[in-house]
Amino acid sequence: MIYLDNAATTKCAPEVVEAMLPWFSEYYGNPSSVYELAGKSKEAVDEARRQIAGVIGAKENEIYFTAGGTEADNWAIKAAYEACKEKGNHIITSKVEHHAVLHTCQWLEKQGARVTYLDVDENGIIRLEDLERAITPETILITIMAANNEIGSVMPYKEIGMIAREHGILFHTDAVQAFGQLPIDVEECGIDMLSASAHKINGPKGCGCLYIRRGVKIRSFIHGGAQERKRRAGTENVPGIVGFGKAAQRAAATMEERTAKERRMRDYMISRIREKVPYCRLNGHPTLRLPNNVNFSFQFIEGESLLIMLDMEGICASSGSACTSGSLDPSHVLLAIGLPHEIAHGSLRLTLNEEITEQDVDFVVEKIAQIVEKLRNMSPLYEDFIKKQK
Amino acid sequence: MYSEKVMDHFQNPRNVGEIENASGVGTVGNAKCGDIMRIYLDVDDDGVIRDCKFKTFGCGAAVATSSMATELVKGKTIQEALQVTNKAVMEALDGLPPVKVHCSLLAEEAIHAALWDYAEKKGIQIEGLEKPKADIHEGEEDEEEY
Repeated sequence: MIYLDNAATTKCAPEVVEAMLPWFSEYYGNPSSVYELAGKSKEAVDEARRQIAGVIGAKENEIYFTAGGTEADNWAIKAAYEACKEKGNHIITSKVEHHAVLHTCQWLEKQGARVTYLDVDENGIIRLEDLERAITPETILITIMAANNEIGSVMPYKEIGMIAREHGILFHTDAVQAFGQLPIDVEECGIDMLSASAHKINGPKGCGCLYIRRGVKIRSFIHGGAQERKRRAGTENVPGIVGFGKAAQRAAATMEERTAKERRMRDYMISRIREKVPYCRLNGHPTLRLPNNVNFSFQFIEGESLLIMLDMEGICASSGSACTSGSLDPSHVLLAIGLPHEIAHGSLRLTLNEEITEQDVDFVVEKIAQIVEKLRNMSPLYEDFIKKQK
Repeated sequence: MYSEKVMDHFQNPRNVGEIENASGVGTVGNAKCGDIMRIYLDVDDDGVIRDCKFKTFGCGAAVATSSMATELVKGKTIQEALQVTNKAVMEALDGLPPVKVHCSLLAEEAIHAALWDYAEKKGIQIEGLEKPKADIHEGEEDEEEY
């Protein structure tokens, strides 16, 4: 099997699993209890907090553990809206955010928020002048992702942070894809809140965090205990948090070498696909993109068929086609970068990891070329296209 | 997600291709929704469908329903072909996931569109055949979030 869906989730690293194991049956104490066994759990949670804070230049008491990136996004946006109601009701985001952000903003609109969804350019990146223009005296929050989960494009998060700071507006960034993949320093980038998730960086599922800058007043999200400085109640997921800490530390320590290798493989794959498959289009920015993201649209074919056929060859990937989204519309990200529906339906996302070799890439590209050809021979759109050429 | 029959018809689709100078051709669906089916019919003088081919742009279920639909109408009379409903196609495939039911509707509609084209070319009327819709679009709505 060749797993090329690392933006969906990653394999838990062996050292992460090993770090987690003692915290199930050996040191199972509740971190809130008073005896020594519990103290060990508390120390372990605090150690993970330090490890994670270190990755983004935060202080340990600015990291709040959650059940994942989606919860962190929900919390940041809803709570900021609540906290800043006096000042205004305007939120600025982009059209290419993850649904964890988009659906939360749409829900807040029903509660009275006014939301600006910034357009993006053909590479999926917002224009800073659009952001500046959208700011009003009522703007309370800018929430823009650090890097896009589908097409990998990296937003100018540092510049966004500077603009937000200049106007005294809170800046939240969904860094679920960027955390551990791109260097982010919350201080330098003017980030007030940041969402991250463990399972995207070879950590366990069901664990994430929200960084909240000290002094930012937002409400508690889950009530019912003193955990996470009373802001996110509930007994800590100690093994998950320990695993997240280990994974974060590992990601930071290997970032340079690992992402350099991924970038090489990514660019190799992009050039091979361009060579081998006619009528294709690279989605996302050619260079300002996540080190491991490859996203192509293949004209005249539909993504789900392609995925099933790749699966039969032992290749795991994903697509922005409607059939994989459970609705009739293809990915909102691909539509936002201006792709027509039929081209958006034929998209394929391949997200690499450091284990992928050149041979793997060659094999995958060969299979993609064969399958695309097979599907095109079945496609009435391709038939029409060829007839028009003649 | 898919039954073995669906996977079989998707992996080894029957009757893919075109028929030159076909007696009838029908294309339904639209690229916006991600499904387009085209069915070609070769009908002999006795009104029997001698051959049937298809081309489909769409998901696994769309390909499989097209393949099965062509199998079901081959060798049939026009009246018999009209009885090949989306339900018949689904049953022959041992069912489809609920979100893919519209693919079988599209297959039924593609057959009807090809028959309609045949009738128009021949200048005849086929009893029980209504002018097909160009597009099949069910009201599949998302559940409301609260």
